[in-house]
Formats: sequence, C-alpha cells, structure tokens
Amino acid sequence: MNFDLTEERQMLQDTLRRFLRDNQEALRASTRLGESDNKLGFDAEIWAKLAELGVIGALFSEDDGGFGGAGFDLSTVFEELGRAGVVEPLLDSAVLGGGLIAALGNETQKELVEAVIGGTVHLALAHGEPNSRYDLSHVETTARAAGDNIVLSGRKAVVVNGEAADYLLISARESGASDAQDGISLFLVPRDTAGLSLRGYPLLAGGRAAEMDLDDLHLPASARLGAAGAAYPALHRAMMRAEVALAAETLGAMETATELTREYLLTRQQFGRPIGSFQALQHRMATLLIELEQARSAVINAAGHLDTGPEEQALQIAAARNLIGRAGRLVAEESIQLHGGIAMTEEYELAHIAKRIVMADHRFGDTDTQLERFLDLSAA
Amino acid sequence: MDLNYSAEEQAFRSEVQDFLAQKLPAEMADAVRNGKELGKEGHDKWHAILNDQGWLAPNWPKEFGGCEWNAVQRHIFEEECCRANAPRIVPFGLSMLAPVLQKFGSKAQQDHYLPRILSGEDWWCQGYSEPGAGSDLASLKTRAVRNGDHYVVNGQKTWTTLGQYANWIFCLVRTDPDAKQQSGISFLLIDMDTPGIEVRPIILLDGTHEVNEVWFTDVKVPVENLVGEENKGWTYAKYLLTHERTNIAGVGFSRAGLEAVKRMARSQMHRGRPLIENAHFAARVARAEIDLMAMSTTNLRIISRAAAGQAPGVESSMLKVKGTEIRQEINDLARRAASAYALPFVSEALEGGNEPAMGPEGSAAAAPQYFNNRKLSIFGGSNEIQKNIIAKVKLGGGA
Repeated sequence: MNFDLTEERQMLQDTLRRFLRDNQEALRASTRLGESDNKLGFDAEIWAKLAELGVIGALFSEDDGGFGGAGFDLSTVFEELGRAGVVEPLLDSAVLGGGLIAALGNETQKELVEAVIGGTVHLALAHGEPNSRYDLSHVETTARAAGDNIVLSGRKAVVVNGEAADYLLISARESGASDAQDGISLFLVPRDTAGLSLRGYPLLAGGRAAEMDLDDLHLPASARLGAAGAAYPALHRAMMRAEVALAAETLGAMETATELTREYLLTRQQFGRPIGSFQALQHRMATLLIELEQARSAVINAAGHLDTGPEEQALQIAAARNLIGRAGRLVAEESIQLHGGIAMTEEYELAHIAKRIVMADHRFGDTDTQLERFLDLSAA
Repeated sequence: MDLNYSAEEQAFRSEVQDFLAQKLPAEMADAVRNGKELGKEGHDKWHAILNDQGWLAPNWPKEFGGCEWNAVQRHIFEEECCRANAPRIVPFGLSMLAPVLQKFGSKAQQDHYLPRILSGEDWWCQGYSEPGAGSDLASLKTRAVRNGDHYVVNGQKTWTTLGQYANWIFCLVRTDPDAKQQSGISFLLIDMDTPGIEVRPIILLDGTHEVNEVWFTDVKVPVENLVGEENKGWTYAKYLLTHERTNIAGVGFSRAGLEAVKRMARSQMHRGRPLIENAHFAARVARAEIDLMAMSTTNLRIISRAAAGQAPGVESSMLKVKGTEIRQEINDLARRAASAYALPFVSEALEGGNEPAMGPEGSAAAAPQYFNNRKLSIFGGSNEIQKNIIAKVKLGGGA
C-alpha cells in the first residue's frame, strides 16, 4: 500500500498549483469570458501556457505522444484545475477529443494529437443529443453513404467547446436502432464545413457550448475515425477517462469550497465572536470535512481502476461519481449557507466554485444515473 | 377537526380563480412560469391590475383601503395566484412598511404614504442588513445624528432587494450609540433622491441584479420622517418581521414548482421511458410531494389559528425552515430533470428576449433558480436563526 503520488506526479502537482496560483487573476477573468464576445470562452494565453508546462501532455500516454495518461495522471491534473476553478476545456479538447483520436485515428488523423498536446489545436466531442439524456448509446443523428461521400443529418446538444474547436468529433449512426451500441461511428469534421451550423452560448459555470445542426453535411469517407459503426467501445473508454477527470476536478473544487468556508467561519464576527465558535456550525463544518475525505477516496478508487478490467472499472467509476454527486451537492450548498449572503455574490470565489461542483453533475450522467449504472453492474 | 374549506371559503376561491382567469395577462403568466424576470414595468402593471380590483392589500384594514381578509382568505388568494403563475407582489411597501405605519406611524405619515403605496407612486425598499450586521441585525452601525429639524445619516446598507427601482427606503439606523444594542435604534423613512445616497448593484451568482448596496454620506432626513419614537425602532422592526412571516411557508410556490418539475419529467426520456417513470427520480419527487402535503397542513393549522386571533409562536420559525427546505429541494429536482440542458446560461431567454430557449420548457431557468434560491434559507432570518428561536423557546437559556 502506498497512497503517495510518484515523484513525477508530485512535481506536476506542484508546478500546476504554483502556475494556477500565480495566474489567479487571469483565471478568474477567464470564468467570465464565456459571456463576452470572446467566442473561445476561455483565455488563449493560459491555454498556451498550460500546454507549455506539459499539462496537456500529462493526459496522454507515451505511445500517443504524451508522458502520462494513466488514471492518477488525470486525477492529479484535474484536481488542481478544480481547486482553481479553471474553465479552460482540457476535458473536452484533450481527454475526450484528443483521447478519441488517439484511440481510433489512423496515422494521418493522429497527427492532430500532437497539435492538441502542443496547444495549437482545439477539439470538441459532439455526441449528446436533445433526446439522449445521459445514455451513451443513444444516437439519432444519421450517417448515410452517397457515392464516395458520407452525409450526416441530425442535431447535437450542448457541445462544450464547440465554437472554439478547430475540429469536431461528431457521432452518427450508420446502422441499428437509435439506442444500439453497434452502428455508431465518429467523424472528424473541420468546424467550418458546409452544412454544420453552431449556435453558441455561455455556460452557467463558465466556458461555452453550442447547439449544432447537421444539415446534409457531406464528408469524404476518410473523415471517419476507425471502422464503420464500431466507435462505441472507444467512446465508452473515453467517457470512463472523462468521468475520472471530472470526479477529480469536482474533488478539487470541493477542497476550495471547504477551505474558503473554514476561513470564513474563523474570521466572520456576529454576536461579538467568530461564527466558527458556534457549535451548531462547527458540527456542520466537521461533516463537510468528513465528506471531503470520502470524496478523495472515491477519486482514488476511480483513478486506480481506470486501467483494470472493464466491469470493475465501470463499477468503481459509477460509485465515485455517485458519491461525489451527493457529497458535492452537500459541500456546495452548505458552504454557501455557512457563509450567508456573501457567497451568493458573483464576485466571491465560492459562487463560481459552487457552480462548478453542482453543474459537474450534469455531465456524462448525474448522481441518479450513476446509481443506476452501479446497480446494473453489481447485478451483472 | 374538519379538513375542508367552508362554503364561503370555497366561494371566495372561485371568485379569485375567475379574476385571475380574466385579468392575469397570459404573457405575464408565461414569463413567471418560465422563470423570466419581469422588471419594474411588469411589476407595476400587475400592481395596477390588483389595485383596480381592490385586491392589492389583502392584509390592510379597510379604513386604509385594504381587503381586511382573514388569514384563510389570504392563504387562498396566495395559493390561487401561485397556481395561476401570477407575479409575486413586491412586499416591501405593501406588507412590510404599511403594517408598521398603520400601527406606529403618525396620522400625517399614514395619510401621505399609504395611498402612494397603493397607487404605485412609491416603490419602497428595505434598509436593514449591513455588511457587518446580518444574522446579528442589532449590531447595525448606520448612524443618524439629530441636527435641528433633520437627521444626518451616514453608513451602508446591503442586500437591498430591488433597490434599483425604489424611490423610498425604510431604514434601521443607530440614534443612540451608547445605549444597549437594541435600544439605540430608530426607524427612518428616507427619500432615495436625497443627495448623498448611492445605490450600487450586487450581481448574484445566477447573474441577476436583484440586490444592491445603498451608501449614505451625510444624507439629510427631515425629523418628520421618523416613525414612532426615537430609539424604539427595534420594536417596530420586530413587528414588521412578524408580518414578513406571513406566507413564509411558500406553499403556493412549491406547488407550482412541483408541477413544473413533473411537466418537464414527463417530456424527458430516460432509458427509453419518460423520466417521471424512472424509479429514482420518481422517488425524489414523491418525497418532496409528501413533505409538502404535510407542511401545507401545518401551514393551514397555523393560519386557522391566526384567523381566530392567536399570534403564531415558534411555528412560524418551523414553517420558514421546512418551507424553504422544500422549495430548495424542488429547485434541485428541476435542474436534475433538465439534465445537460441545465448547463447553458442563456440570459436572453431569462430576460424575456426573442432568443429561443434550448431544451425542455423550464430547463433554461432551472439551474439559475436553484442557485438563486439558496437565498431562501439565508434571508428573512437565516434558518440557523430560526432554529435558535425554536431552541430558545423550547430549551430556554442561551440559544
């Protein structure tokens, strides 16, 4: 047993934490960029520096041109990003976009992975649809052959980082029923391709996403990633990695929320003494700290099983995200309540952090969906 | 024990329903149902419709132009307004200041201010909380120093709801800094156009501009704007708080919210079935509904005692805690139902613009409302303060 980070990961954590602390102001400004005319929704300079520091490379294995890529590499990076409330879309561009190209792409397509690691290319996964909810195999968007071309038609929902992406990875069905795992393909599509229209908007917790219409989008067959109709297993694996990253990010945000709350309880005076001296509040703070350690262990379980067999991996990840969904909600709500009005203001850091925690539950499967997955996998 | 409304009460309910069917503009109800902001114009419009009907002031005595309805009638009215998605009545003038003026104000103050509240000429806001005086309101520091025929006010108020629309503010100010905390406070009416007043917006975590800071720098307030006696303001403030507690349970809001959640959950598919049929989600909805059924009866028990002339005791604190917990739980259900469509922040859709909302009806407002309504357990005496009150009454001693 050894729960310490390796020396390399410890260095990565230290470097990233220092960088994020030193760039606090730019990062805070970045949380609001989604609402401005900046269609990136994040800070391009911060992005370039993250690439330069090797933070993006740490998310990829050596085979794929990176120098990490294991579960604990993901959790180390994303915990730090979460602590600082970073909205820069590493999850979407690198873990999902880059990860899927690395898994499915041919040699030419894989050249993009190097550019992602270098910070010069942005990606987004266009998979969710208005009717898919959290069901990974539900794809109504169709891909049909037309001569040498493939034609995509359908609609994609809440495509995070869609407008900033140079390439979109679009899922579409080549065969099978709308919820079948077989028959789904992924296509690598330059954003400015005719027939692809995006309606972008800011996200409540920072960053941007877009609704995407595919209106007879013509693609060469070479745009397909991997074999026809066989993308589901890779999608599932990429999603497992993204869930570990998101769980770690939420853990990091929970750390910041509890730390801000602890500091506030020690300094805020009412009735002539610090409010942290009231036992009623002390016990609630203690509960948050207990749940935070539960969350930390859940992330360790999930990250540690990312490279084990598929059943155990999925079970551990569903368990972690269910626990973090519950503990995260408690930490977000109680941190706001223990602060009082100040935490309701946009300018106070906790407001942004609380939104990151709660809104994470709306990606890839919420607390209840994770519970269902856990029950299904336990019964199997 | 009779759980039914009387024939008179039922007839009154029909009358309210008819009025709402005829007079509540459909676009206004739509806006409320979708969680859109009404702005000053929208609020003024609904205010005027109610005033024309003579139903603007349910709690006022008839001599001042009110309905003088009893607690049960008021409850029925509020319940039907919520069910019809009528806008909330801005309470600061009508149900907070007015009862204080009616009880403690001078004849001149009553004659001047009360008609202007009904006509909508004056929009009042509340100057209570300060940066250093939240739960511990009595520690407030805003100073009013008597100087001949006026007071000079200096200090800062915060969390002033809709202060950006207000032309008047009622304030708690410290007039005797040497007295014991509660004893040195006075209740002042201040014209927001007086030189030295500055209103600064506070943007909340859902992006809304709902509350403000109000700064006072050497603001001259005529002495006739003092309500009641100098240094007795705390008594009036406590009286006001008992009025703030009417409809504290928010049963109508919860009912409307629960209906909206069910509508959304019927329209959303989860694993090939409507979400409302999903066991986990349905159980969450059922628990909230069961809590609400019991809480609404607690509410009626207290209301019917109030209608019989008994003052509510710790029960109003209990209702505040339980009522806000249930409303917050329903907000949580709404964001869950919206799934990924809870993520977008589409302010145009919230502000009544033409940009079409994405996702199912109600999804755009779900997450912003969830975050905004964290305030419910913080304001009006935080839920911790309510529990202190309950514990102090039942256990005695230091709470």
